[in-house]
Amino acid sequence: MIPAKFDYIKASSISEAVNLLDKHGYDAKILSGGQSLLPAMKLRLNRPEIVIDIHGIPGMDTIEETGDEVIIGANCTHTQILNSEVVYKNLNIMHQAVQTLGDVQVRNRGTIGGSLAHADPSADYPAVVLACEANIEVEGKNGKRSIAATEFFEGIFTTALEDDEIITAVRFPKIAHGTYLKFYQSASRFAVVGVAVVHEGSGVKVGITGVADTPYRATEVEKAYNGNSDAAEHAVDGVEVMSDHFADSEYRAHLAKVMVKRALEA
Amino acid sequence: MNVTITVNGKTYTHDIEPRISLVQYLRETLDLTGTHIGCDTSGCGACTVSVNGEAVKSCTMLAVQADGCEVTTIEGMAQNGEMHPIQAAFKEKHGLQCGFCTPGMVMVAADILKNHPNPSEEEIRHGLKGNFCRCTGYHNIVKSIQLAAETLNE
Amino acid sequence: MGNFIGKAVKRREDARFLKGAGTYTDDIKLPKMTQSAFVRSPYAHAKILSIDITEAEKADGVVAIFTGKDPCGDYGVPCGWQVDFKNGETMREPKHPLLAKDKVKHLGEAVAIVIAETLEQARDAAELVEVDYEELPAVTNPLKAMEKDAPLVHDEWEDNAAFDWCIGNDRAEVEAALEKAHHVTVMEYRNQRLAPNAMEPRSYIADYDVNGDRYTLYTSTQNPHLIRLLLCAFALGIPEHKVRIVSRDVGGGFGSKIYHYTEEALLTWASKEIGRPVKWTSDRSEAFLTDAHGRDHVVKSKMGFDKDGKIVAHLTDEYCGMGAYLSTFAPAVPTYLHGTLFQGVYTTPLIHLNVTAPFTHTVPVDAYRGAGRPEATYLLERIISKGAQEMGMDPVEIRLKNFIPPFDGVEQEGYQTQVALQYDSGNYERALKKALDKLGYEDFRKEQKKAREEGRLLGVGISTYIEGCGIAPSAVVGALGARAGLYEVGQVRVQPTGKVSVFTGSHSHGQGHETVFAQFVADKLGIDMADVEIEHGDTDQVAFGMGTYGSRSLSVGGSAIIKSIDKILEKGAKIAAHKLEAAEDDLEYANGKWTVKGTEKSVSFGDVALTAYVPHNYPEGLEPGLDFSSFYDPGNFTYPFGTHIAVVEVDKDTGKVELQRFVAVDDVGNIMNPMIVDGQIHGGVAQGVGQALLEEVVYDEGGQMITGSYMDYAMPRADDLPMIETDNTVTPCPHNPLGVKGAGEAGAIGSTPAVVNAVVDALAHLGVTDIQMPLKPQTVWKAMQN
Repeated sequence: MIPAKFDYIKASSISEAVNLLDKHGYDAKILSGGQSLLPAMKLRLNRPEIVIDIHGIPGMDTIEETGDEVIIGANCTHTQILNSEVVYKNLNIMHQAVQTLGDVQVRNRGTIGGSLAHADPSADYPAVVLACEANIEVEGKNGKRSIAATEFFEGIFTTALEDDEIITAVRFPKIAHGTYLKFYQSASRFAVVGVAVVHEGSGVKVGITGVADTPYRATEVEKAYNGNSDAAEHAVDGVEVMSDHFADSEYRAHLAKVMVKRALEA
Repeated sequence: MNVTITVNGKTYTHDIEPRISLVQYLRETLDLTGTHIGCDTSGCGACTVSVNGEAVKSCTMLAVQADGCEVTTIEGMAQNGEMHPIQAAFKEKHGLQCGFCTPGMVMVAADILKNHPNPSEEEIRHGLKGNFCRCTGYHNIVKSIQLAAETLNE
Repeated sequence: MGNFIGKAVKRREDARFLKGAGTYTDDIKLPKMTQSAFVRSPYAHAKILSIDITEAEKADGVVAIFTGKDPCGDYGVPCGWQVDFKNGETMREPKHPLLAKDKVKHLGEAVAIVIAETLEQARDAAELVEVDYEELPAVTNPLKAMEKDAPLVHDEWEDNAAFDWCIGNDRAEVEAALEKAHHVTVMEYRNQRLAPNAMEPRSYIADYDVNGDRYTLYTSTQNPHLIRLLLCAFALGIPEHKVRIVSRDVGGGFGSKIYHYTEEALLTWASKEIGRPVKWTSDRSEAFLTDAHGRDHVVKSKMGFDKDGKIVAHLTDEYCGMGAYLSTFAPAVPTYLHGTLFQGVYTTPLIHLNVTAPFTHTVPVDAYRGAGRPEATYLLERIISKGAQEMGMDPVEIRLKNFIPPFDGVEQEGYQTQVALQYDSGNYERALKKALDKLGYEDFRKEQKKAREEGRLLGVGISTYIEGCGIAPSAVVGALGARAGLYEVGQVRVQPTGKVSVFTGSHSHGQGHETVFAQFVADKLGIDMADVEIEHGDTDQVAFGMGTYGSRSLSVGGSAIIKSIDKILEKGAKIAAHKLEAAEDDLEYANGKWTVKGTEKSVSFGDVALTAYVPHNYPEGLEPGLDFSSFYDPGNFTYPFGTHIAVVEVDKDTGKVELQRFVAVDDVGNIMNPMIVDGQIHGGVAQGVGQALLEEVVYDEGGQMITGSYMDYAMPRADDLPMIETDNTVTPCPHNPLGVKGAGEAGAIGSTPAVVNAVVDALAHLGVTDIQMPLKPQTVWKAMQN
């Protein structure tokens, strides 16, 4: 399997990448780790004319701890996040999520920015950034802006990113108590259901991936939660549940409730 | 475009099309056919090589992305004709049958053992998740990696 | 016992594989070699209205483009087995064209080949070939294919049946016994379609040499000589002595590389057309669409029991999908490789199986690890356990009641089944008891009871399987429809220095023949293994052969080599007697030398070899040389058997099955190399577990495949499986010289029903008696809800 022809440009700075994106628009794709983009290009499901490689742009692959935040550069690989002490201590829910993500080789190449921008409805990170209320830092021709995770995912493979914008970092609040649980699709090992629960005071914030065509906050669960995991019954309230040959909507909805309950109890 | 890649200690410069994957470059340009292609969705791991010390699926990396990188393939594992302890362990424990997935298994085993010098069976199985073997049922691959860990820790 | 037989000798082939120095077909590059890409049908069934290659022909690097309208469109690949209808009508055998001309009949069927200088160019140009289709209705389910208004796969016949067939006792007699039975257990299910998924995708290079008018085909096949025969005599009509087939290292087969594929013939034809070598290597995506699949039986079965749980009769009707065309061995799989195993290890007095084999708009189905026998075993081992469950009996107890008593095939005669075969030797109870001990069955039942009280769902499943390997003899299989013999060829060439080259028609694609064959050759000749080399996989080197499948290599291929060794030793004795000036009868052969009995006088194997080639002082009238070739045609199948036990825990909330333990006690006859036998069992079990829990090719109603990549086709990964606890009993095969039965398929045959029985056992108290494979979490959870 070989991608259709394209031109490859290695960007040396964020502004160069942004300018290239602006210039080429729909014809261009950003390449970071390539773990989602390259398989799609090989199957010729995706055929950009220009591939802009942002790997190696200085400052995009660091994990920083500030007072009450953890900032993960968009080019950080999953392995970097997995091995980060800062993440382990201050954002353990991300550590848990990365453990379930892909495999050794995919984690070594794939990046958090790439995964979020790709917005696969069964990817793991979306549930976590939603529950954590992280902010997606982006830069475009009009400068930098911060997009709340809750505003970021708009549909299957669709995000709030403008055509000329790239993700530069993800800003997480430190999370003292959080859990990520995943029920694997047995072939792809993506999430049939992935649930992130963040405890805050007596309340919870619940992010769910894999269930709907867009990852979502289970607000009805959050409202109903009163220290009682039965709130999980509301996991798919108001949600159109996806269906495929691994999990039809009835089973997937059931599974969402089970996994939310378990995550609430963890 | 021009890329310079160091493979198994030797540095090469070639003018290649950007769409050529690292595995194609290794197999077609460098004739290093020990790295295999078993699928097209990054699912089987047969193409696993080490790039800058980390296991990657060379079918899901463009050769141009490897510009300036140090790549080790299965051909670079044996030193002075002596098999690497991981290779030797695979032979000792019958961790291979048809041999097709084997290079990828050895290369990912190196990554597993780098991060888990004393791996549990669970850690090994977790680490092998990205590699299919259709012959061994993984039983003897797990045993091989356990033995390799012992040898490397000696 | 010698120095090597029975020992866990490490494999000699490993060094090259471990160093990345194997030679798989795609690793080969020939001078002036071209690359190719196929244009394949995106529909399951469609009329080809037009094919426009004008743009593609103009693309960079294109050498040639061929479609079904070119002469290659007139050629087709043959089927190697003929099963006629019960009423005498000849099997319906549609032409299986190298490229579709007017209609495509399954998703992925090739309509054009694009040959270019590079692979990138071939792929790019293939995209530019414009095919105009008119989509037609399709049918993918074998049962639906036989419905009245089903779309026809081949218009030349009035329905989709390729043939029908039955075996066993008179149907009316079986039905009458079922009427009278104390209890009748019924099962209806689909033994789902599987994709074999050898890790090496198929790969071919055809190279026509115009000067010598010779063809060479490098191919990833399990049986090079058979490919040559089919290619020459049936597909292309080219002279066999001008064709060389080379199949060196092959990355797994599991049946899928037995068959003669259209691409092999097409590339061979095309190489002559363009006068250059042509390569094609399948993508995994193409492999899902074009490699022969396995299984796909729709089953309706009834088993009758008396009040003690003894089986009184068994009646089964099956619809077995053939796919769109008849692949090489396809008709044999649901018939002679399937119905003949319906006796199982039980004394069932009345058996009847009826098979209808329809065409469907899907890729052809053929043998996949076990080929017909896993399907038979799954049915028998599930239905007897289901019977036990329904009658409130223990699955062990019901098996013990029904077992065929032990027989060794020497003192006691072989066991004559109701379904044509006579078993060679067996001791089914011994294997079961050993497996139960290994598991700790009684303790498990206690643990299970306790777990249930805690709300945990533990289950144990037992399968006491038997299978038939080394299908033979040729005269019998010929009468049953095989269009080839099923012997094997083994040549032993003692070189002048006493080194031994063995040429075998068996083919190793993971089995370790280079090691195992050398083990017994060295022992039988009393020499070192290092002095023995095993050659295979090249028709110019090996005289003839039938290849490797059906666990036949050691029992059939090994026996052919033994025959040649016997001839070597017989001739060697003549030379030795001459050298020692003794009578042949006074010599004995041991440890690589002939000794005059009762004396120290001896001559070594090496000396005799040298004398055979430098025959200065030589027996009168004896030909020089020490080189024999033998054909071995076995007297019967061999019948490995054993007991597999699975222990599972089912997550009561999600239906997810965790395989916690797997015990396999297999009796494969004598064991040449226990390390390799264990390895075969491990791999077979993994594939059998794969069928039980994960694997399934799904076509939608329109014939699109929704499991066409590793993102959707689930196969066992390392974390899906536990360590596999293996052991053996040894009941030698009485009719081959090594006493071996075969180990390649046992794991895949025994394991699947063990796992499903375990899951059903875990849920038995909830009233669950059956679940459709694969036991996906969703399927299990839904079964628990009903």
